Amino acid sequence: MTVSPIRQPIVDAEDQAPPRASDARPAPARPRVRKPAKWGWVVYVALILLAIVYIFPFLVNIATSFKTEPEAAANPLSLVPATWTAAAYERLFLNSDFPLWFKNSIVVTVLVTFGRVFFDLLAGYALARLRFRGRSVVFAALIAVMAVPGVVLLIPKFLVINQLGIYDSYFGMVIPLLADAAGVFIMKNFFESIPVSVEEQAKVDGAGTFRTFWSIVLPMSVPAVMTIVILSFQGSWNELSHFIVSTQDPALTTLTKGVAQLSSGQLSAGTQYPLKLAAAAIMTIPVAIVFFIFQKRIMNATAGAVKE
Amino acid sequence: MTMAPQLLTRRRSGIHGRQNATGWLFIAPVVIILGLFLALPVAMAAWVSVSDWTGRGSPFSGTTNFVGTENYSAILSGGGLAERDFGTALRNNFYYVILTVPLQTALSLLLAVLVNRRILKGRGFFRTAFYFPSVTSSVAITVLWLFLFSASGVVNKLLALVGVAGPNWFQDPNGVLHLLAGSLGITTPPAALAGTSFLGVSWWDWLSGPSVAMSAFILMAVFTTSGTFMLLFIAALQNLQGELQEAAMLDGATGWQRFLYVTLPMLRPTLFTVITLGLIGTWQVFDQIYTGTQGGPAKTTLTPAYLSFSTAFNNQQWGQGAAIGFLLFAIIIFFAIIQRLILRERTTVPRRKRFNPPPPQGGTK
Repeated sequence: MTVSPIRQPIVDAEDQAPPRASDARPAPARPRVRKPAKWGWVVYVALILLAIVYIFPFLVNIATSFKTEPEAAANPLSLVPATWTAAAYERLFLNSDFPLWFKNSIVVTVLVTFGRVFFDLLAGYALARLRFRGRSVVFAALIAVMAVPGVVLLIPKFLVINQLGIYDSYFGMVIPLLADAAGVFIMKNFFESIPVSVEEQAKVDGAGTFRTFWSIVLPMSVPAVMTIVILSFQGSWNELSHFIVSTQDPALTTLTKGVAQLSSGQLSAGTQYPLKLAAAAIMTIPVAIVFFIFQKRIMNATAGAVKE
Repeated sequence: MTMAPQLLTRRRSGIHGRQNATGWLFIAPVVIILGLFLALPVAMAAWVSVSDWTGRGSPFSGTTNFVGTENYSAILSGGGLAERDFGTALRNNFYYVILTVPLQTALSLLLAVLVNRRILKGRGFFRTAFYFPSVTSSVAITVLWLFLFSASGVVNKLLALVGVAGPNWFQDPNGVLHLLAGSLGITTPPAALAGTSFLGVSWWDWLSGPSVAMSAFILMAVFTTSGTFMLLFIAALQNLQGELQEAAMLDGATGWQRFLYVTLPMLRPTLFTVITLGLIGTWQVFDQIYTGTQGGPAKTTLTPAYLSFSTAFNNQQWGQGAAIGFLLFAIIIFFAIIQRLILRERTTVPRRKRFNPPPPQGGTK
């Protein structure tokens, strides 16, 4: 059940908390909880107000995407369109490049996610378990790489992609995203947390390194692999800057790039808020689905990966 | 009998050699890709930043010449548009950082403390609600924000309910501090501030504060990042709850006292992590600007990251664009080093024994 082994306790602590608390709000039984309970309603009011602030924008987003353009401008606050219309969605899917962008995003995200998981697994295992010459150098280099801020690399990345002749191709979009140092770290930490004894047993039985890795280690790593899958999916689906510098062919536009250009009027769209918000809503759906299915894992991974 | 040790040594060296080869085989893809698309690009960009490459052909062909520090001096002391743009971008991003980081840190800590209360119904719901903006793409959020903060948008409608006429957010280049000064009657800048300048921007303009448009971006950054940092604080808070809290409770400390004198000091490591990640992240604003304003209105949302991009890709000034990238890198490194220096005090909280590698930076995005 461990994701990155680091954060596991959180899940348990939180799973147990709510049921115990269920009846404690109005009349505290134990003297210990009297203080918090007395102010309990203030906390609830604050939390509910904050939650409204955080949720309301997304409700507005969905509602507006079903409004007509005049209504979106005249009455942005209402969450129920006076006249429901799917015109924005029809235009997106039938009269624009939107389906193409969607397809490109899916292709790139799937390729990047598979590649990343595979490479991160291999590298993480090598760093955690195999004693090879130059290991510490590679490790130090990885740390250095993680410190380089992404936006600084925009021009450099373009230069290399251009030089290698993979500009305006899926290769240029996918390959540079395949390795990510953070994922290697998560896998390395995970492998270090599982006992070596099982692998040693396999080795004594005569299994080679790759065999051990494939049939012993990998099946034990499903939770950690899921973490990387989710993080890679999220990362590559939401990636924008890399696609800006690696392509200019409209046939290779991804959702993020296409919607960004739609929004900034580079596709001369004017203020078509329902259309733009419909696009924003659709591009959020896949991440939202993954998020709601795996939210505990995502939240633990985020805390674990960043904090270490 | 005598063969046994011999065999053993041979076998061991065999395993060693094999591990060497397999180790490198396993790690090769990551090393090659990172080398090819991280290390090599940095070297190439370093060359471009001291060259006069125009974007045509290869930067290594004979037509590209070495120009020394010309690109850097054009940005830092050229006296022209390049210098003024860089100064403006630095100012804009500076206000963005100085406002976003404290706000997002304070808000995420507040959210974490509220959500982490021992007795709370619907904890999962609140956590999800606060974290959800962090997983959505910056493009989608920016599109939404442009609508919320449009002239007749949701925010202005809400402001109108309380009798405030909201600005046309993303079209308003006025600096917040300038507006404040204006409301106090200072409409013409003092000569001392207007006459002197730094990086091509007069001191009066340095003191403008974030523009109204930039303020909307600041609110957006706080909205989208507070969830992530809330999770870090929750994780830290859950490591804390225990004897110390109970001891303080038995001693009769109020909730506020416990927070101030027990919880907060022990959260220091996380606080530093959050602030550092915030600093590094906020100096890299790009997606939002590209999607939202392209630096406008009147260049008040221009950031070094976006300026570097547009100088190279839109104006074909590749040398200057690369140079801006390196200067931005230097700024971020500067903050990373400060973080290192401060984090050194972290050893006073002996909580992390399990991991030997130094903490990786910049895992969020």
